[in-house]
Amino acid sequence: MSGILAYALHYEGAYNKNSLGAVCEAARQAAQLGCDAHAVVIGDVSDELAASLGGYGVTKVFRARDVPDGLAQPVVDVMAQVMDSVGHRYALFGGGLLGFEIGAGLAARLHAGVTMEVTHVNAVDGKLTAERPIHGDSQVSTSAYKDRGIVIGRLNAFEVAAPSDTAAELQDVEAALAPFSTRATIVRRGEARGAEIDIEGADCLVAGGRGLGRPEGFALCEQLADALGGAVAATRAVVDAGWYPYSAQIGQTGKTVAPKLYIAAGISGAIQHKVGFQSAENIVAINKDANAPIFEYSDLGIVGDLNKILPKLTEAVKAKRG
Amino acid sequence: MKICVLVKEVPDAAVEKRIDPATGRMDRSGERNLNPYDTHAIEAAMQVRERGELDVEEIVAVTMGPATAVRALHKAVSLGADRSLQLCDDALAGSDVAATGYALAKLLQRESPDLVLLGQQSDDGECYTIGAIVADHLRMPSLTQVVKLDVADGKLRCERQAEYGYDTVEIELPAVISVGDAINEPRYPSLKAIMGAKSKPLDSVGIGDVGIAAGSVGERGSKVVCGDFKPPPRKAAGEIIEDEDSTETVAKIIAWLDHRKLLV
Repeated sequence: MSGILAYALHYEGAYNKNSLGAVCEAARQAAQLGCDAHAVVIGDVSDELAASLGGYGVTKVFRARDVPDGLAQPVVDVMAQVMDSVGHRYALFGGGLLGFEIGAGLAARLHAGVTMEVTHVNAVDGKLTAERPIHGDSQVSTSAYKDRGIVIGRLNAFEVAAPSDTAAELQDVEAALAPFSTRATIVRRGEARGAEIDIEGADCLVAGGRGLGRPEGFALCEQLADALGGAVAATRAVVDAGWYPYSAQIGQTGKTVAPKLYIAAGISGAIQHKVGFQSAENIVAINKDANAPIFEYSDLGIVGDLNKILPKLTEAVKAKRG
Repeated sequence: MKICVLVKEVPDAAVEKRIDPATGRMDRSGERNLNPYDTHAIEAAMQVRERGELDVEEIVAVTMGPATAVRALHKAVSLGADRSLQLCDDALAGSDVAATGYALAKLLQRESPDLVLLGQQSDDGECYTIGAIVADHLRMPSLTQVVKLDVADGKLRCERQAEYGYDTVEIELPAVISVGDAINEPRYPSLKAIMGAKSKPLDSVGIGDVGIAAGSVGERGSKVVCGDFKPPPRKAAGEIIEDEDSTETVAKIIAWLDHRKLLV
């Protein structure tokens, strides 16, 4: 058994960035192990788009055209069949919700080991090991697989290499779906819910979380962002609660940003949010809970009431910037 | 019909954390409690029952863990579960997430649930994955990170945030659904419910009772070997200001931002 199979998620004709990272990582590790890296794509993918994954280093792409896209279990069916027929030893996923679901289901199906939130993969003695931060990122643990292994990356863990124009060999597969895989159907996919906000281009972001207390609390963030010439971002918890538009969300299923200044107001700093902004140059956190994890990685931490601090800070910034 | 809610005992986040001076790391030992995400799963089960869209006869709290985990079950019962079931066996120690999911699936098979609910993540370990593993073993459709759960025509209608926005997914029962914390605001248990929790039926079984072979769980049955623990790459600790006078605090923030040329 050898070889690595990476899952490539796509939507509206483009690949997901984290999936491309997984495809590139599969190719890099396969080169170390001296085996092949392949990719799998599901649903309506053109010949050209499928074969273009060759530019990221995989030699072959398996395409399951008639399989519904966007839910995990049909992909588990396809990947289990491809891995068993080709004999892949490892499966690799980029960060994101579908990767977690598919990888976990695949581990159950193949009786494989699974490691999630992986930040580094290494080839050691002809086998892959996976590094994963644990206990709130206070330690890094290394997973070795007894037999087959599933690696689920953390958001942005795997770098996307500049593509070449090499085309991969394309093979269509007819996969038999498990009866239970067809008992869930997508009624509606990719609803944006709320205004479109550009947070990726902003030099300065003021982000709000549950600690704002109520949806109206975002007005404080908006006023400070206006004074700084920046934009407002939000955590998943408040977006799910309907306090702010999805397009402003940072973290696991949202966007990734690297502004010069990131001001986190009322955000505890769960890892799923942290991965979305940790490359910011300067992180300022305001939170009334001195034990909030965000203070472990902020450059300036303010333990206090944001309702008192934000309005005064806005006035002071206005006075300073004129 | 029957709803099983998977619950787990985790270190209590409300306990004050401290840095261990010897290692410089956070000491997370101390009190343990019901995983906060699981309280949302119990509340979701209660709402499905109360809305009457499905005829829910029973809500069962289910856990795998050491003898102390009964505290999590008592909490789950005080929040509305009718009874609880625990899988407790020395042979389970050291199970990885795949072996844990397998063991939970075998335990659930004993109950033949129509719906399995769980919290989308636990504060202490494997995130997002256990529901999908359990579902594959039970051969049930599954969805994770659900933030809205309705019932229409005997089917579930779930909403969740995926890579490209919100998805609405229709799912036939029986199914395994993990819920996010935005799905509801869990109710507070009444004093009567807290006092009465210990008298509700609690069944504790070992692996032999639910047909789990010793070699398929624990360290031996796990497919992942964890080791080589090391500290993560760290950046230097930041400056902390305890706010006492907000005018003074704001002046300090402005000076800090100005020094880094962030106010130009």
